Amino acid sequence: MAEQVTVTCAGGCAKVVLSGKLDAVSAPGLQEELKKLIGQPIEKLVFYANDLEYISSAGLRVIIFAKQKINVEAKVYFIGGQDAVVNVLKMSGLDTFMSIQPTFEE
Amino acid sequence: MLRIDTHPTHQYKGFDIRVGKPLPFGATLVPGGVNFSVYSSHARSCELVLFKKHEPQPYAWIPFPDEFRIGNVFTMVVFDLDYENIEYGFRMEGPFDPREGHRFDKAKILMDPYAKAIGGRDVWGTEPDWTNVYPHRARVLLDDFDWEDDHPLEIPIEDLIIYEMHVRGFTRHPSSGIKHPGTFAGIREKIPYLNGLGVNGIELMPIHEFDEFENSRLSPATGQRLMNYWGYSNVGFFAPKAGFAATGKFGMQADELKNLIKELHKNGMELILDVVFNHTAEGNENGPTISYRGIDNKTYYMLTPDGYYYNFTGCGNTLNCNNPIVRNMILDCLRYWATDYHVDGFRFDLASILGRDQNGAPMHSPPLLETLAFDPILGKCKLIAEAWDAGGLYQVGSFPSWGRWAEWNGKFRDDVRKFLKGDPGLVGAMMQRLQGSPDLYQWQKRGTRASVNFITAHDGFTLMDLVSYNGKHNEANGENNGDGANDNDSWNCGGEGPSADPAVNRLRLKQIKNAVTMLLVSQGTPMILAGDEMGKTQGGNNNAYCQDNETSWLDWRLLDKNAELHDYFKSIIHFRKAHPALRSCHHFGSNASPNGYPDISWHGTEAWSCDASPESRALAFLLNGENVKGGTANDSFIYVALNMHWEMRGFRLPQLPEGLTWHVAANTDMPAPEDIFEPGEEKRIGDQSEFLVGPRSVVVLIGK
Repeated sequence: MAEQVTVTCAGGCAKVVLSGKLDAVSAPGLQEELKKLIGQPIEKLVFYANDLEYISSAGLRVIIFAKQKINVEAKVYFIGGQDAVVNVLKMSGLDTFMSIQPTFEE
Repeated sequence: MLRIDTHPTHQYKGFDIRVGKPLPFGATLVPGGVNFSVYSSHARSCELVLFKKHEPQPYAWIPFPDEFRIGNVFTMVVFDLDYENIEYGFRMEGPFDPREGHRFDKAKILMDPYAKAIGGRDVWGTEPDWTNVYPHRARVLLDDFDWEDDHPLEIPIEDLIIYEMHVRGFTRHPSSGIKHPGTFAGIREKIPYLNGLGVNGIELMPIHEFDEFENSRLSPATGQRLMNYWGYSNVGFFAPKAGFAATGKFGMQADELKNLIKELHKNGMELILDVVFNHTAEGNENGPTISYRGIDNKTYYMLTPDGYYYNFTGCGNTLNCNNPIVRNMILDCLRYWATDYHVDGFRFDLASILGRDQNGAPMHSPPLLETLAFDPILGKCKLIAEAWDAGGLYQVGSFPSWGRWAEWNGKFRDDVRKFLKGDPGLVGAMMQRLQGSPDLYQWQKRGTRASVNFITAHDGFTLMDLVSYNGKHNEANGENNGDGANDNDSWNCGGEGPSADPAVNRLRLKQIKNAVTMLLVSQGTPMILAGDEMGKTQGGNNNAYCQDNETSWLDWRLLDKNAELHDYFKSIIHFRKAHPALRSCHHFGSNASPNGYPDISWHGTEAWSCDASPESRALAFLLNGENVKGGTANDSFIYVALNMHWEMRGFRLPQLPEGLTWHVAANTDMPAPEDIFEPGEEKRIGDQSEFLVGPRSVVVLIGK
């Protein structure tokens, strides 16, 4: 199943809802969506991952892209990820710049 | 601006293609597609073979049109590939004429020699499908990484304390208590432990993709499965071993290893790779055809005049390192690891082979070694040679270095082991070993930086086994105890193997402390074998290359059992780090000091007089702490007394300048916690003129 993605943005907080697979097939689409946030005053970047089944190398790179290009200072959250997905993030070192947590209090 | 050469020009059975770029070799992501490039001097034609990941049969064969060949390089861009979910290989057509060195076989699917990720052994130990038409599969790698501000540490080699480990063995044992045992991620979890120990250079035994099932068999002695556990047998030189990554099953081993290296750097630790450029996993003419044999046999391997494989490695074949093409591949490979993985250095397995010509004869100025010594990209990487090979070339002290290469100092290992067990006639040799082996290296003006000192390494006894076994016990390897070295210079301290005798166990503990003290107070770069700090045993197996089990895995419960040993290691490492006088980069004898003391002076039971006669087993040295490290640092006076006689000896102490007194930093004859004191907490001694050094004991004093 290809990934469905929605990006919304309000009050300096961008929310990205991920689902399905985030891989080389779906990652470019998400990257295009995220590019639209460049230049906006984003302070928090929240990825909702409850329905994300799988993340590949290309998928990881979109999240890193978001951190690097939207706002290096922005707080990045990864919410509700399944164990397999969260393990991959940790072993690839993405846990060093984003907060991985089960839920997000606005 | 969009480039005007990024669109397809040809079509082949539904694939959009165009001529590619020959460089870089391998598979590279380019706009819209993947650039494939592979060279062969003797192939007549080449075909790209594509698989969907894990599928048994290919889904596409795309011949390189002749106009896509540039020189001897076949290169093509294929557009619109789902690059994360494909595997690729080549088929090559050319002569099959073994006498002429050619072994082309159009039926074989060949792995890309430049593959940066290799599938097929994704999870360690998973039984492979033996009917697989393409068992080791090249994959396309996203080789970018978020390094942030990471940079290789460039710690001067004389300040390095190397810790040699096996990726899987370090954390595979259930007692490691971590989430991802046996993997790169597992090492990352143990960084706090490594930091606590104080080592600052991690040397990983081979991590290039290899086949743990190579020569897999059941041990006739134990019935256990034997594997190629150590991995000194490369399938590919550019790809990290997937089975060493917890994420290997997702093909993300490169990211996981890079993340480990980044975290090690953040914690002040360098990463050194053990690289094996002397042979490949293809073996001799009876071995499997994985890649090189089918792509350009005559280029990649040293062949006899009859077209058979020279075997200087004991492993069936010998990589043709001084062929210009292979030389370039090795250079490309090392540059890749230095650039893309931020690796800090390399240890070259059986490096003497790298100095043999294409007929196997040792060369005076081997072009490969010279190239590596002067390469700008590798300019700050440590280059460490295992300066011998299995063909009888032994070059410790004479490895062609251009002042750049360091060596595993095999003489250090041998002399210290003999001295440690009380052999006669070693005092003279020990004087050399303790000061960075000027007898071996000074003639080339290489200084102490040439010498990587070690007593134990993966190959041979662990330190605990060195003091617990007189002979090797390799029966479990299934070769009737015929494998592994026989000249171990080991001594069991009074009973073979585990002992219930407290006196024997006490002596073993002391001998280990003696050994590590000699290692850590010697000039040069010390290397510790992982696990020695907690008394790791392999039950006397000195060649555990095939033991993927408790024999090899580090049992972390030993940390409790041998806490005293671990504490001692930590403290003696701190001692070395606290004392720049122990880490000179020059050999002694060149540095005049205002306080009138020589930079190093030799003593024995009498001060200022050293008995180096055959029956002497007592030796002491004094380091002058003034103006050390080429005049850039000051240190206290350091006096080390070594008594490897079985009886106590009184050592007359050299007099210190006025106002300074002797303090004990370490005394291996004393039970913990009196055996070693942290820097600043050394204990002033009562009798400042003589110190009684216990039987088989080492004492370290500082004058402050």
